[in-house]
This record gives sequence, structure tokens and C-alpha cells, in this order.
Amino acid sequence: MTTLLIADHDNRMLSDATARALSALGAIDDAVHVLVAGHQAGPVAGQAAKLRGVGRVLLADDEALAHGLAEPVAVLVLSLAGGYRVIAAPATSGGKDVLPRVAALLDVMQVSDVVRVVSPDTFERPVYAGNAVAVVQSTDEKKLLTIRTSAFSAAGVGDVAVPVEEVRVPDGVWQARFDGETLSSSDRPDLASARIVVSGGRALGSAEKFQEVLGPLAERLHAAIGASRAAVDAGYAANDLQVGQTGKVVAPDLYIALGISGAIQHLAGMKDAKVIVAINKDEDAPIFQVADYGIVGDLFEIVPELEKALG
Amino acid sequence: MKTILVPVKMVLDSNARPRVRTDESGIDLSGMRMSINPFCEIAVEEALRLKEAGLAEEVVVVSIGPAKAQETLRQALAMGADRATLIEIDETVEPLAVAKLLRAVVGEEQPDLVLLGKQAIDDDCNQTGQMLAALLGWPQATFASAVRFEDGRLLVTREIDAGLQRLSLPLPAVVTTDLRLNEPRHCALPNIMKARKKPLKIGAPADYGVDIGRRLKILAVRPPAGRKSGIRVATASELVGDLRAAGIV
Ligand SMILES: Cc1cc2nc3c(=O)[nH]c(=O)nc-3n(C[C@H](O)[C@H](O)[C@H](O)COP(=O)(O)OP(=O)(O)OC[C@H]3O[C@@H](n4cnc5c(N)ncnc54)[C@H](O)[C@@H]3O)c2cc1C
Repeated sequence: MTTLLIADHDNRMLSDATARALSALGAIDDAVHVLVAGHQAGPVAGQAAKLRGVGRVLLADDEALAHGLAEPVAVLVLSLAGGYRVIAAPATSGGKDVLPRVAALLDVMQVSDVVRVVSPDTFERPVYAGNAVAVVQSTDEKKLLTIRTSAFSAAGVGDVAVPVEEVRVPDGVWQARFDGETLSSSDRPDLASARIVVSGGRALGSAEKFQEVLGPLAERLHAAIGASRAAVDAGYAANDLQVGQTGKVVAPDLYIALGISGAIQHLAGMKDAKVIVAINKDEDAPIFQVADYGIVGDLFEIVPELEKALG
Repeated sequence: MKTILVPVKMVLDSNARPRVRTDESGIDLSGMRMSINPFCEIAVEEALRLKEAGLAEEVVVVSIGPAKAQETLRQALAMGADRATLIEIDETVEPLAVAKLLRAVVGEEQPDLVLLGKQAIDDDCNQTGQMLAALLGWPQATFASAVRFEDGRLLVTREIDAGLQRLSLPLPAVVTTDLRLNEPRHCALPNIMKARKKPLKIGAPADYGVDIGRRLKILAVRPPAGRKSGIRVATASELVGDLRAAGIV
């Protein structure tokens, strides 16, 4: 069964999400085709060609694909779809934007956020903010899947590179126009794939305090920074740091929740972390129900002590 | 713009804890509090703001769901929507079928903009808006955190994994809402009374000639793997000691 995986990248680097989605698909296909749709994205194709489990890389290089907009990417994928039984994308903001568009044009009901491949037509996916897991069997001939990347480890890099084949974007009139972007720049590890995440909630009180308290601790632990919705809504942290049902889903080795109450929508994004530490002054905060280690107390006192103890 | 169409879904209230049925057949919703999906509520609010700014004439809401979803539509009407349609069906309808029904509604209503939530907080699919845009051949802007309408084009700011992206779209278009687009208004009592008199049309999927057969078989719905309960530690240094002993830091 041939499988097409739509790569997630920024025209320079293939994201870790792609390597994770690839390992999920390994249960179905050991020679997945990876589509790199972008502009001057040759290096990305080169990186994809070296991942273990890839059979071929398709590179579509076109100015219209520079920003991964849904219309041209969907038309491109559709033009290639005939050869594939499975078409998948990591459940990143790009994958979520594009894949349902392809699914509708193929008259296929997509399976979103796959966390386990049970068999080539049966998948597990979380529903109700992760309060339940549904086992679903697709009766469509083609399977369209987005993969929840936090549930899979990244496929490794091999020594040999598979061939890269160029493909063309069909002609079309693209209606939505790219008008600019504001990307968060950070020298911290990427939230979605970091080994340690330090997250802050409403308790931080201001953007300055958020940085002042979380910054040094994250630095010391080489951790990514995350946030609750309340912290993002209040402007303490950027939108791309939100962890939860409707933000990013993470499963690091260590998740440290500072002044986060533990609403189900937040837990949906982090409860698969290997170890959870919670610091909260309310001993009844629901976050303690999922925490492996909890400290009841004022985070503004405990975090500096924590840094000191880490040395 | 003349008409903005806002599809809305009734879901288990976001504060309620879902109960997984012991026979694994699904979630037990009996006696549970149902509400408008929070993202849909944000979509209604945004449509009303466009109308109140004089940029649209009419806001039409539509829901696909059981008879009880009339309450969800009444809430949208109480917020200020002008008219409502319920396509009544008891079974859950998959996003692809919802998109097909909505395409038919778009054929009737000829809206300039369809504004809808990015995901429903029950099935968490995040598909309907994109599918509808595809079926209509319209442009889409998903996960919107700001929407402006200027010189006949929609300027949408989207929340993406790496930050924010801005798109400019001609009409007609589909836009899906993210949490930070706006804070929905509360409905005042007089508006709730007034909403009872606003037109609410009830139809059935068959009226739209759309095949809504399921494509995904739900084999089981189970509770997630639980976490074993942890421990309380008194001080930061005790915590670091434990984390070191466990080889985590
Ligand atoms: C549709 C929908 C989607 C949502 N999606 C998400 C999502 O993706 N992610 C998300 O996070 N939320 C999401 N939410 C919001 C969620 O329901 C909660 O409102 C939110 O997570 C609360 O954030 P918080 O824990 O920072 O704030 P609060 O709930 O206000 O908690 C603050 C905590 O800080 C503690 N505290 C205060 N001061 C101190 C101190 N000095 N020291 C230590 N502790 C202190 C308090 O005891 C409290 O427990 C969503 C909600 C809805 C309706």
C-alpha cells in the first residue's frame, strides 16, 4: 500500500513533526513517499530523503507554494492522489489547514489526530479534549490522516538518500493571497519536540513577570517555554506557546506547570508527558491530580529556590 | 457584504466532564448540560460585529443536530443573528456530510462569507470549514485571530504554529475562528425574549438531497489511560533530589 506524507517545513528545515508522522505511518508502509511542497525548498527534500522509512521524495518547487497556502497545496496533492491509498500529514497548523480540503475533494472522511495505528484501516484518536479515545475504522477506499505527532517518536536518519523526483503544481488561480507574517523568534528549543517544557499560567500576572520567572529556569534546563490559554489571552505569552486542546499538544520527558490550575482543556495538551511537576498555591488545584510531583506554594518563591537547587 | 452565514453546533458544555459509557459505545450525554460550541459562539460574535460596523446586512445561523439544538440557535438569535435554520437529525453527522449539507445551504442563502468555528470541542475534528471551502471552490482562512473587511477584501490574521500569518481573501470566502478572535457578548434578557419571535426554519437532511451516510465506523470509545497518583514534596531542593534520582534532570 503506498502512502504519501505531506512534509511540514519552512523551506529550509524539515520539521521534527514530519519525522514523527513518518514513524506513525511505518505501521502501514515501510517506503513512504514524502511530498515537499515549497519554494526553494531543495534542502528540505534532501533532509527528507535521508529519513528511515522514506521510499521516495517528491519535490514541488513553486513560488505559489512558498507559504504553504491551502489552495495550491490541496490542488497539488489532489493531482498526485491517484497513486496513493493513504495520504497523511502531521497535525500541525499547516496539515490541519490543508488536509481536510484535499479530503473533501476526494470525497473522503478524514481521520484527524491519529495517536495509534491499529491496522491499515483502523485508528485511535482522542475526542472530548482527550477525555476519551475513539477507535475508528475508515470505510473509504483512500485513508486521509492527520497524525498527532506527540504520540510518536521521530524516525531516524539513515546513511543513504532515496531519490528526489520533481513534480509540478497544476495551473490554477489561487484566491487567497499571502500578506505577511509575524514569526516568533526564540533561541529556546521548539515547544512541540522539546525534552523539557516549562509552562506558565495566569498566576504569572504580566508579560514581564512571565519572562522573568520562566526565562532563567527554562535556560537552566534547556527547556522550551509553554503557556496556558489564560496566560496567552492576557498577553503574557505568544499565541504559539499555548498548550492544550486547541493549542499545541506536547509529550516531553518533563513538564513543569507553574501557576496553572489544570483545566481539562490544558491537560489535553500535556497529560502524556512522562513526568509532570506542578507548583501551585492552591492544594486543591486539579493539576495536582495528574502531577507526579507537586509543591503547594507560591511560585514566585519556589522557582528561584528551584534554580538554586539545580545549581 | 449582504449575508454572513454562521454554522453552529450544540456540544457538551466545556465545563462538563464527559462520561464514557461502560459498554464503550460512546459518551453518555443524558442529563448533561449542552451549549453552543465555544468556537461557534466566537463566529456568531464576529459576524455580528461585522454587521454592526455596517459591513454586512444580515447574519443567518444554521445548525445540524437534534431538536434540542433549537436552543443553540435561539441563543445565537438572542446574541443578534437575524434568522436561523435547523437541519434536524438525531444521529451525529460527520464533518464531510456537514460540509455537504452546508454547501446546499450556501446554495440557498448565497452568503458572501461563511464564518464558523475551527473545531467542535466534542469530536475535535477541525475539518468542516476547510471541507466546505473545498466543495465550494472558495478560498479559506483558518484559525483566525483577527478579521477586517476593507476594499472588498477580507484581511485575516491566522494563528499558526510558528506565530501569526496574514492573508487577504476575495469574497466569497470561508473563515474559521480561533479563541482570540473576540470575546462573545452575554445575552440580555430582553434579547432572549425577542429572539423567540425571530424566524427559525426546521428542515431535514433529505430536503437537501445529500448523502450523509457515515464513513467512519466507531468501534469503541474508551477512557484514556490514567496517570498514577503522584507525591507531594515540601521544598524545591527535595524536588530536585527526586528528579535527579529518577534521572530526569
Ligand atoms: C473551547 C476552549 C478551549 C480551550 N483551550 C485551551 C487550551 O488549549 N489550553 C489551555 O491552557 N486552556 C484552554 N482553555 C481554557 C481553560 O479552560 C482554562 O481557562 C485555562 O487553562 C486556565 O488557565 P490557567 O490555569 O493559567 O488559569 P487559572 O485557571 O486562573 O489558574 C491559575 C492558577 O494559578 C494558581 N496561582 C495563583 N497565584 C499563584 C502563585 N503565586 N503561586 C502558585 N500558584 C498560583 C491558582 O491557584 C490557579 O490554580 C480552553 C477553554 C475553552 C472553553
